[in-house]
Amino acid sequence: MEISFYLIQLLNGIQYGFLLFLMASGLTLIFGIMGIINLAHGAFYMIGAYLCYWLTGITGNLFTGILLAIPVSILFGYAVERLAISYLYQRDHLYQVLLTYALILIANELQSIFWGNDVHSVPIPELLRGSIQLTANQAYPVYRLFISGACITLAVAMYWVIQKTRLGMTIRAGASNREMVQALGININWLFAIVFSLGATLAAFAGMLAAPVNSVYPGIGDNILIISFVVVVIGGIGSIKGAFIGALLIGLADTFGKVLLPDMASMVVYALMAAVLFWRPQGLFGKV
Amino acid sequence: MHTVTRPIIVFLCLGLLLLLLFPVVGSSFYTGLVTKIMILSIFTISLDLLIGFTGLVSFGHAAFFGIGAYLLAILFGDLEQINYWWSLTLTLSLTGLAALLVGWLCIRTSGIYFIMLTLAFAQMFFYFFFESPHFGGDDGIFMMNKPQINLATRQLVDLDNEHHFYYFVLAWLVGVYLFLSMILRAPFGHVLIAIKANEQRVRALGYSTPHYKLVSFVIAGTIAGLAGFLEAAHTSFITPAYLGWHESGMAIMMVILGGMGTLFGPVIGTFIVVLLQDFLPEFTEHWKLIMGAIIIFVVLFLPNGIAGLIYSISNRFSSREPGGREG
Repeated sequence: MEISFYLIQLLNGIQYGFLLFLMASGLTLIFGIMGIINLAHGAFYMIGAYLCYWLTGITGNLFTGILLAIPVSILFGYAVERLAISYLYQRDHLYQVLLTYALILIANELQSIFWGNDVHSVPIPELLRGSIQLTANQAYPVYRLFISGACITLAVAMYWVIQKTRLGMTIRAGASNREMVQALGININWLFAIVFSLGATLAAFAGMLAAPVNSVYPGIGDNILIISFVVVVIGGIGSIKGAFIGALLIGLADTFGKVLLPDMASMVVYALMAAVLFWRPQGLFGKV
Repeated sequence: MHTVTRPIIVFLCLGLLLLLLFPVVGSSFYTGLVTKIMILSIFTISLDLLIGFTGLVSFGHAAFFGIGAYLLAILFGDLEQINYWWSLTLTLSLTGLAALLVGWLCIRTSGIYFIMLTLAFAQMFFYFFFESPHFGGDDGIFMMNKPQINLATRQLVDLDNEHHFYYFVLAWLVGVYLFLSMILRAPFGHVLIAIKANEQRVRALGYSTPHYKLVSFVIAGTIAGLAGFLEAAHTSFITPAYLGWHESGMAIMMVILGGMGTLFGPVIGTFIVVLLQDFLPEFTEHWKLIMGAIIIFVVLFLPNGIAGLIYSISNRFSSREPGGREG
């Protein structure tokens, strides 16, 4: 029993880490390339989860729900970038924090107006409902494996886009030297809009994937936002690789913290962060 | 950084006079509300020392407010008689110690890292109190008695009397204001203001800027702890929500709306925001929507806050003194 129990926790930790990676990669890109600290990132996660709940309810199937929710999230991210974030590029971090904080308040209220304050559950589709029997009384749900699989696919796709395509090249160039990219004649506004709506969509997608497991409730985005910040800080701001390692570290630390130290589970993550920063103030893969 | 011109002094004296007279006309409810606002003002002034004067954007300042409140309740909540002097000294020194530890880790970073780190540490303290079974968990804790302020055997102020409490908090507010304006006029304060303007140049002049920033962080944290101490004594009930990041966000809002870089700005901002929080829910359940819109308006159109407006008006009146407004 012992080993399979820890195996399940290990898988849970990795799956949580993958979800965090989807959140943190968008956050770290938006900061690295656009220089924006985006508190509203958790709001996109919340919106993704609620869109998934709403559209799955209408269409009756999680997959079509997610497929319909993704273009909505892209448009939503684009609109937020144009209407609000684009006024912040020349402004101090302080004002970015404040304006994106206001966006959280507004998003949470809109959620409460449109969908109410109840807790909703999202049904897992028939195909993924089973679980894999590990021992006589330990099983691992297939849907959680599906989450991990979807995240890995997306991570590989992201790696391919960023490393192998022209858009990815521009994004990497933007992260290392924004002025030079502008000087070379690349439309920076266009790049910013793409990166922001991409990041917002990644966060929303994380929310959609998590909706059937965690159910959907008000304030769902707030907690994961702070944890994503911790991931970004540990990994080093602007580094996708750092976000990946940091997300797995935090996912595992959080899951095993809950098992081994139930009284101070939420503290473990922050203690890990403090330890990493004590050793490397710029994060694991951050530039000095 | 603004210098305090004569019209501003007149304005401040008028404000103080209003606050002094308020309990005479105000009902019990509003006396309590203004007491709460003044306590929060002490907190936001201390945040302004970081944001507006030192250039450190702390997004976790509510942690020290909450720590101050919790320390009073945890260490002294069960006692029949709470000695004000001892409880204040112990609470403030322990809060200062917490600020020293957090500051020491955070000061090594800057900019966006600093924002995220202060947020994360505040969240750590939040969960510490939220999950801890010994300190009331998410239910919070009650305090049986208020601290007693005695000198020798004579009672100086009766904190159970709401008017006494009001003037007691007002005295602290004025005291903190004078203390901080004294600090900021001293060479130490000039270094802080210079750090905000250009840290590298200050370092090039031979100042050890991390030490200055750390001292500023500890002073601000300790004053926030004082505000928490007063709040705990005022309401006798403390919940983990005091440390939440929404509190830190609203505190930044109060500082910006009032006008950062001035000591009286945060007081104005606190009054406006708390009164809005009090009135708006009567009109609509979704009042945070309006709050969000106001914040966006302030960020886009009023970045210097109301104090900035007051300065531009007062400069028009005192146009004979062209250096009325510095950098």
